[in-house]
Amino acid sequence: MSIELKGITKKFGALVANDSIDLKVARGEIHAILGENGAGKSTLMNIVYGLVNADSGKVLVEDKEVIINEPADALKYGIGMVHQHFMLIPVFTVAENIALGREQSKGGFLSLDEIKKKIKLLAEEFKFDIDPDSLIENLPVGVQQRVEIIKALIYDAKVLILDEPTAVLTPQETDELLSIMRTLKSKGTSIIFITHKLREVQDVADKITIIRLGKVVNTVASNTSQEELASMMVGRQVDLAPNKTEVKPGKIILDINNLSVSNSLGRKIIDSLSLQVRAGEILAIAGVQGNGQSELARAIVNLEDHVSGSIKLDQKEILGITVQDSLRAGIAYIPESRELDGLISSFSIVENLILDVHDISPAAKKGRLNPDYINDNSAKLVNEFDIRAQSIFDPASSLSGGNKQKVVLARELSREVKLVVASQPTRGLDVGSIEFVYEKLLAERSANRAILLLSSELDEVLELADRIAVIYKGEIVGEVGSDVSREKLGLMMAGIK
Amino acid sequence: MKQFLFSLRRVTLLPALSFIFAFFIGGIIIVISDPIIMAQLNSPGKFLTSAGARIGNSYLAIFQGSIYDVNLARESGVIRGFYPLSETIVTSIPLIFAGLAVALAFRAGLFNIGAQGQFIFGAIGASYVGFNFEMSPLIHVPLVLLAGIICGGIFGGIVGLLKAKTGAHEVIVTIMLNYVAALFILWLLKTSVFLRPERFDPIAPDVNPSARLPKLLGADLRLHLGIFIALVVTYFVWWLLNRSTLGFKFRAVGANASAAKTAGISVPLVTTISMFICGGLAGLGGAVHLIGTEYALTAGVAGSIGFDAITVALLGQAAPIGTLFGALLFGALQTGGRTLLSNTGTPSEIIQVIQALIVLFIAAPALLKMVFRLKKSVESKSMAAKGWNG
Repeated sequence: MSIELKGITKKFGALVANDSIDLKVARGEIHAILGENGAGKSTLMNIVYGLVNADSGKVLVEDKEVIINEPADALKYGIGMVHQHFMLIPVFTVAENIALGREQSKGGFLSLDEIKKKIKLLAEEFKFDIDPDSLIENLPVGVQQRVEIIKALIYDAKVLILDEPTAVLTPQETDELLSIMRTLKSKGTSIIFITHKLREVQDVADKITIIRLGKVVNTVASNTSQEELASMMVGRQVDLAPNKTEVKPGKIILDINNLSVSNSLGRKIIDSLSLQVRAGEILAIAGVQGNGQSELARAIVNLEDHVSGSIKLDQKEILGITVQDSLRAGIAYIPESRELDGLISSFSIVENLILDVHDISPAAKKGRLNPDYINDNSAKLVNEFDIRAQSIFDPASSLSGGNKQKVVLARELSREVKLVVASQPTRGLDVGSIEFVYEKLLAERSANRAILLLSSELDEVLELADRIAVIYKGEIVGEVGSDVSREKLGLMMAGIK
Repeated sequence: MKQFLFSLRRVTLLPALSFIFAFFIGGIIIVISDPIIMAQLNSPGKFLTSAGARIGNSYLAIFQGSIYDVNLARESGVIRGFYPLSETIVTSIPLIFAGLAVALAFRAGLFNIGAQGQFIFGAIGASYVGFNFEMSPLIHVPLVLLAGIICGGIFGGIVGLLKAKTGAHEVIVTIMLNYVAALFILWLLKTSVFLRPERFDPIAPDVNPSARLPKLLGADLRLHLGIFIALVVTYFVWWLLNRSTLGFKFRAVGANASAAKTAGISVPLVTTISMFICGGLAGLGGAVHLIGTEYALTAGVAGSIGFDAITVALLGQAAPIGTLFGALLFGALQTGGRTLLSNTGTPSEIIQVIQALIVLFIAAPALLKMVFRLKKSVESKSMAAKGWNG
């Protein structure tokens, strides 16, 4: 089924989210929509799906104009959507979730037989491995996403909108999703694929429409180079392969020996792990999410409770000291979840910038905050780290993801540090912000700091690291140089040596 | 100081609207609860006149009973006319301290139900130091207040310590400790240390004159120096929260304990210290109440002050200056309610109805938004909903 958008415009107050956008998706086409966070991709798709109503413009399905006021209308015309955040009930089974809202009953009792039959048929057709009776909460994220896709397909969606579908997936799951998309395409389903990941777009899309600041910049074929795509997205030349200057690694800054971390139930998350990071080098810990890298990062700043072994920072044992002492011993810590651990959303940018140093000079004197210094210093940091905000007194919650991460970076890197521990530092960020994070990490490397990078993004690991250690089930399964092939690294991350 | 007052505007819109709307509904209830007026329903003109008069008189009586009484002024002079205002402030003083004890805890992410117990312990400490010693008031009064702070502080600090060390939820612990305090004071008043000579009912001796707070407007009016202490303490709490490093830690832990911990702030330490300070505030309230108005310790010294304090803090949106005004408002309503029945025949329970309505509208801001068609301008801090999970 083909779908066409003509002159879609949507304003939120003074902000023009979509400015007369035209888009044409043919039958059986995978059409990627590429744009930075806040470019208007999601608004556009929410209009197509009826979650948001456009101020003006038309939607045409099979060349006929249709009116879509709510998701029910969209479903009627065969448009289905898989949201970035799944709309599933964790304690329900797959079949129950799919039946939700259209339950069939037999003599007053819920009957799931027919829906289960349909799920099995679809699963066979598209080679999904899915059991209709398993509970959603027991399924990996990648499988949950497939449930969402089946939910759309089972009601005869001919146009499938995927909103940032790979943001939550591991590299393997991403590959599986891409192959599912190809299968769907071969059966005639059109797919609108929203993303900001360039490689995936090139891999799977037939056509790519780039949106910037609510306007269509261009629609191009998939053989366009990554650099060109990124430049169109950001609106300026983007350097995706940052320049790594030659830095000669110095003395060992971080020396971890036989580190074991257990969770509160006594299960070992990290088992006798040892590693060293030298000054002026980036050691990347590559691994699929959930293999102990979060715990490793947290253990280094003493945020974990059940830890044994030894962690030496510049030859001094730091295991067992307080979090505050760890940070002040010279560690910059960029936590995995900036929303949960990195920032206090209701606090202003100013307050977030002093979270870790609010009680020492010069931010404070004798228990009193020193607003003059704090405000001046914030203004300086906001400038230096290019944090885009209306005012430094705005709450952190008003910032975009990239700017939130810049606040965390500005706070952590403005201290005197020897070691930077960066846990998934670019997760969920757009190209421009990723570039910025890379620049800052490399600048720290040039300044002779030791950097421990924990990442599940292959590109990032390959781009930044001097050495790569692969973590699997809490153990380092091998160490390789940055010249390793993607395939080999992918296999190692899956636990195959 | 400018920012201290400025913070008032930020926290007043929702309470002000709640206040207005509660009085509106209160008016309707006054009318429908009166069978005589309702009997006139078949002649609309008459009904509206008498309903309007009843509502007007009732609210006028609340005003006269809480702010300024024209009749009293005519009989015995202008100052005497302010007798109701003096009573309002006297009623409000302990509410201010206890309200701050709840509000400060809220800001540190703790739901302090235990202001009642902390208040009682403060009053016990003040009473002991007050009647057992005699010295210059310049030393005695501060000493009594200090005793109140320490006793209340320890009683609150226990809660913080338990939470920090064992994870015991402060709501459960403070509720239980309120019972402990209520029964402890009953027992204490029967011991030879506290029982007043030649009395058998549980009452302690009056505190010595050197331990009493001076009256501000002569012996006829009960208004005492405590109001100034309350104002200073309100400012101190604001300063603590917004200008000190300790208050920064409180707010950080209250707003996102996980991020605070990641940034190196010790959450257990903050929990313990904040509960100690909150207990100290409530304890100071108990001491001021005892040496300002009560003089003698009785089992009922705290009334329902510690519980009203929760409402007061809610009304003040957990901001110190908001809590101050919330306490004054509650003081006025309670004082005004006393004369309501005798002057107009309206049952004084209507005061409780109005208080409950105010709380309802603040706790459920969606209701008000519906009524006043407000969009995003009214933002509640939804602290009541947050309290349970910290």
